[in-house]
Amino acid sequence: MPGTAVSSHAPKIRWHIIVFLAPAVLVYTAVMILPLFDTLRLALYDEVEGERVFVGLENFRTLFGDANWSRQFWNALINNFWFFLIHMAVQNPIGIALAAILSNPRLRFSSFYRSAIFIPTILSFVIVGFAWKLILSPIWGIAPGMLDAIGLKSLFAPWLGREETALTTLALISVWQFVGIPMMLIYAALLSIPDEILEAGECDGVTGLSAFWKIKLPLILPSIGIISILTFVANFNAFDLIYAAQGALAGPDFSTDILGTFLYRTFFGFQLQLGDPHMGSAIASAMFAVILIGVCLYLFGIQTRIRRYQL
Amino acid sequence: MSTARHNPLNSVAAHTALIAYTLIALFPVFVIVINSFKERRAIFREPLALPDAESFSLIGYQTVMKQGNFFLYFQNSFIVTVASLFFILLFGAMAAFALAEYRFRGNMLMGLYLALGIMIPIRIGTVAILQMMVSTGLVNTLWALILVYTAQGLPLAVFILSEFMRQVSDDLKNAGRIDGLSEYKIFFRLVLPLVRPAMATVAVFNMIPIWNDLWFPLILAPAEEVKTLTLGSQVFIGQFVTDWNAVLSALSLAILPVLVLYVIFSRQLIRGITSGAVK
Repeated sequence: MPGTAVSSHAPKIRWHIIVFLAPAVLVYTAVMILPLFDTLRLALYDEVEGERVFVGLENFRTLFGDANWSRQFWNALINNFWFFLIHMAVQNPIGIALAAILSNPRLRFSSFYRSAIFIPTILSFVIVGFAWKLILSPIWGIAPGMLDAIGLKSLFAPWLGREETALTTLALISVWQFVGIPMMLIYAALLSIPDEILEAGECDGVTGLSAFWKIKLPLILPSIGIISILTFVANFNAFDLIYAAQGALAGPDFSTDILGTFLYRTFFGFQLQLGDPHMGSAIASAMFAVILIGVCLYLFGIQTRIRRYQL
Repeated sequence: MSTARHNPLNSVAAHTALIAYTLIALFPVFVIVINSFKERRAIFREPLALPDAESFSLIGYQTVMKQGNFFLYFQNSFIVTVASLFFILLFGAMAAFALAEYRFRGNMLMGLYLALGIMIPIRIGTVAILQMMVSTGLVNTLWALILVYTAQGLPLAVFILSEFMRQVSDDLKNAGRIDGLSEYKIFFRLVLPLVRPAMATVAVFNMIPIWNDLWFPLILAPAEEVKTLTLGSQVFIGQFVTDWNAVLSALSLAILPVLVLYVIFSRQLIRGITSGAVK
């Protein structure tokens, strides 16, 4: 270690800055940024007779134009939006409700509840996928048995095995797993609301539920925005749960196929279809575009507006 | 103060809702673990009963121990997670220090460049990452995974750590400079010990996604000797899908290490999230 490198004001190179930055920038650039752009570039190539040739937008023309490919792509994209909508409609309200209950300072055992409700979030998708597959299985009969106990046995169906219900069931399983994250973030946001504001509300007779709707909810809107964009990014590159529960074919009959599983199948191949890195790159580019649009909408559309409400 | 805030009925309702949801959250884990200790017939006859003297059986665990390489998988997962965390923390803290401490041209741009990766998932680049790992001969080695997870974790680590490093007092660092400490010594001896809580938060945030990842082990390191626990249990369960004892035992064994880690680190994790480190 050179002991002489005192920060100098002369315009000479301050090597220590370079030394501090280099490892992180090198690894990040080499393993994340370059492959990202390389993948976008590979989408413009194809393999003809064992050689890589530039084909321009041909892969995208196949992806959107070819009946077979475009049907799969739109199926995966629409499924992915449905997956995201369920998260927004179920996960976030439950998370907010739990956080609102937990944030009451008089509540006892609140740290126990918090830790217990967060447990599913730390489990791997493999565990979650298989555990729910077993529980919902008609062979084992835990789910029908429990429905029977409350007299609702007629409601039971092999939800994961039916085309109409499989995707929604998987989305709800994912909600079950990740509800802890919105709960924690909203809980933190609720705790940061100054007591004076709530007390001022009480003086004006705003208490209980109306205090939640009129005072707390508007103040935690920025956190809800952050949770929404985190959910969006996570959902549009989800793969593991579907793969663990339904396999790479995203059965039954592709009804649970989302962009992640579609990318995996195309890139790696399955059964009789060979893997195709170039079509895989085209799909990855499409995913990149979807995520980028979502993030930009959030940054320029939602986030700026929320800040204005806060003032 | 109004009476609405400490109405006993409200508190009963709050506890009822929370207990109900806690049961929903823990029920699947509970069912898997208790049934892994039962013999096959009891699993199907009374799935919700606790194992008793008659139905108790370890046959599933015996199958898992005989057929699977779970100790090897566990060791691989452990090496990958610890090594990735080490590099994320070391490289992340160094870069964060450079960005927080020194004024130089391109500081802002460098910060933005490193922050890009917070929102863009590294999985998008998988096709090219695999090609790169194949051409450098790193495919099917633990290094491939360590490199990918380090790159994945760095953006958020730099972002969080530089926020904390800006709060370290300038007087302390300048006193060190007057005493003739090099910039490297100021970083390692003075600043790093002060940001240890933030480093713990970053470590806990990164630990769980790395341990649980299925995508990169499946693509970059599927060979038997480098399988991680997540991939190993996925493959094992796929092969033994009709042997319910083995499947339930494998699931329980996969739950165990994460649960132990969680019990050790849950305070750190929850404090990290609630202190607003992710904003």
